[in-house]
Amino acid sequence: MNKAPSPPSLLPPRSTPASGRLARWLISGPPLVYLLVFFAIPSLIMIFASFRYAGDYGGLDPIFDAAGKLNLTFESYTRFASDYIYTAIFLKSLMYALITTFCCLLMAYPVAILIARSAKKYRDLLILLVILPFWSNFLIRVYAWMIILGPQSGLTRALNYVLGLIGVQPVTLLFTAFSVIVGLVYVHLPFMVLPLYANLEKHDPALLDAAQDLGASAWQRFWRITFPLSLPGVYAGAALVFIPALGIFAVSDILGGTGGMMIGNVIKQQFLETRDWPFGSVLSIVLTAAALAVAGVAVLASKPRRQG
Amino acid sequence: MTTLTTMMKMPALSGVNKRTYALWTAAVLVFAFLYVPLIIVMVYSFNDSQLNAEWVGFTFAWYRKLFSDQEMLNAAGNSLMIAVVASAVATVLGTMAGFAMHRYKLKLLPLLVLTPIAIPEILIGVSLLIFFVMLNITLGLVSITLAHIAFCIGFVAIVVRSRLSGMDESLTEAARDCGATPFQAFRLVTLPLIMPGVLAGALMAFTLSIDDFVITFFTAGANASTLPLQIYSMIKIAVTPEVNAVSTLLMALTLFLIIVASKLAPSALRSSS
Repeated sequence: MNKAPSPPSLLPPRSTPASGRLARWLISGPPLVYLLVFFAIPSLIMIFASFRYAGDYGGLDPIFDAAGKLNLTFESYTRFASDYIYTAIFLKSLMYALITTFCCLLMAYPVAILIARSAKKYRDLLILLVILPFWSNFLIRVYAWMIILGPQSGLTRALNYVLGLIGVQPVTLLFTAFSVIVGLVYVHLPFMVLPLYANLEKHDPALLDAAQDLGASAWQRFWRITFPLSLPGVYAGAALVFIPALGIFAVSDILGGTGGMMIGNVIKQQFLETRDWPFGSVLSIVLTAAALAVAGVAVLASKPRRQG
Repeated sequence: MTTLTTMMKMPALSGVNKRTYALWTAAVLVFAFLYVPLIIVMVYSFNDSQLNAEWVGFTFAWYRKLFSDQEMLNAAGNSLMIAVVASAVATVLGTMAGFAMHRYKLKLLPLLVLTPIAIPEILIGVSLLIFFVMLNITLGLVSITLAHIAFCIGFVAIVVRSRLSGMDESLTEAARDCGATPFQAFRLVTLPLIMPGVLAGALMAFTLSIDDFVITFFTAGANASTLPLQIYSMIKIAVTPEVNAVSTLLMALTLFLIIVASKLAPSALRSSS
């Protein structure tokens, strides 16, 4: 898009600065206020809630105690720092999210290359094919893997038949770390394909031709040209997969069984079952900090480097 | 130059084909990974068996069971009502936000529009839960709708802004030069031009709302249920092929909406995801 600055108008200014400011507030005001009230303020309240005591019947204790003193504490933070269980679950979630990101990258790359190198008229169709499953309900997509990995499924029975032939004990696929990762990869794959494709599409094919003319093998062309140039797309995709995968609870809830708990499940538990809101808030804040840190790194890493 | 490249390529031609073949194989496998699970759900929704294991025979029984399941119908009604109201309000507010972000140099609004999309959904859900309970707002249809509007605004704003940035500014300028007030210029020139984007945004908000599970889960309270919440409890408690039937219907609805949206604004779908 050409966005040349419009030439200075010869006509008198159409509106005074004051009315321009009014229009600006009339347009941006309502969405701004709505998001302040229903997104920003609740987030700030959650930070505040992390310093409060849990109420006797769940929720939050009153801010002021009987003597009228402020009823605030660091207790929930020290509990997170000292209780190894939560740190372990957090690390496990980080691990799951990392493996998911890596698997998504491996699977998304051939698809993204294929789309980027196919004729223009097929690109939109191929992209639609990638997005389409993503638009069907998230729970349904997770549930589908319950059928596929279940003990009665054709896949499980065929696998165990083969394993039986070579004398290996039957395995269960559902309610294991494996099924959680499969679900996480399945749900997040399009988030990796799209930014990768957007990046690969911009590459100049002449670079690959030049490398080939100079005698580079296919593998060398990929590792020394395509892959380094695609890194901004890789970082963007990694952030788009890693952040939601870190906070998810439904996948591990449905496909993980009792041992498959991730940090999202613990947060859900603190808010709805244990009803320890301050501690749930602390866990949410740690999760947000991790998510924002990853997003920050991805933004920094994907900034185009200066020619040097 | 081109001929040189072509000539150089000649000896390696079989290698090129082999590589293309490998690329295609990998991509086809990934597409199979994407589609086989959904096809299995659809196929089993017509399977005349309690178990999701073997194909026994064709039946509509699960669909009949679904349409006589009062809880499911109530949940579907709730989902529809919430999605209509939430997408209508989010479309108006999101269009304003997209327009404002395109037109003015703003700092706070883009931040507030984009952050909800970038952080894990569960955080929006739990912070709204605390917020509603603190304000004594009864959890139910109203709280769900308010929450859905909040997370849909950003998606509508992004689609509308991308449509605006592809628009020829001089058209609005011309209208203003002809004496239109800013509001007239917007209503008579800009709005009709960005209408496909607005409609695509509205459909996207509708789909997001009707599909949302996580935020709804925290803001629903005990008495209101939506289709995804109902599906979740069915999966958690007792899986019957009724889930396959409701899933298939929901997939068909989403597919229909996506086709409509992609007809309205082919590029809108990509720029949003």
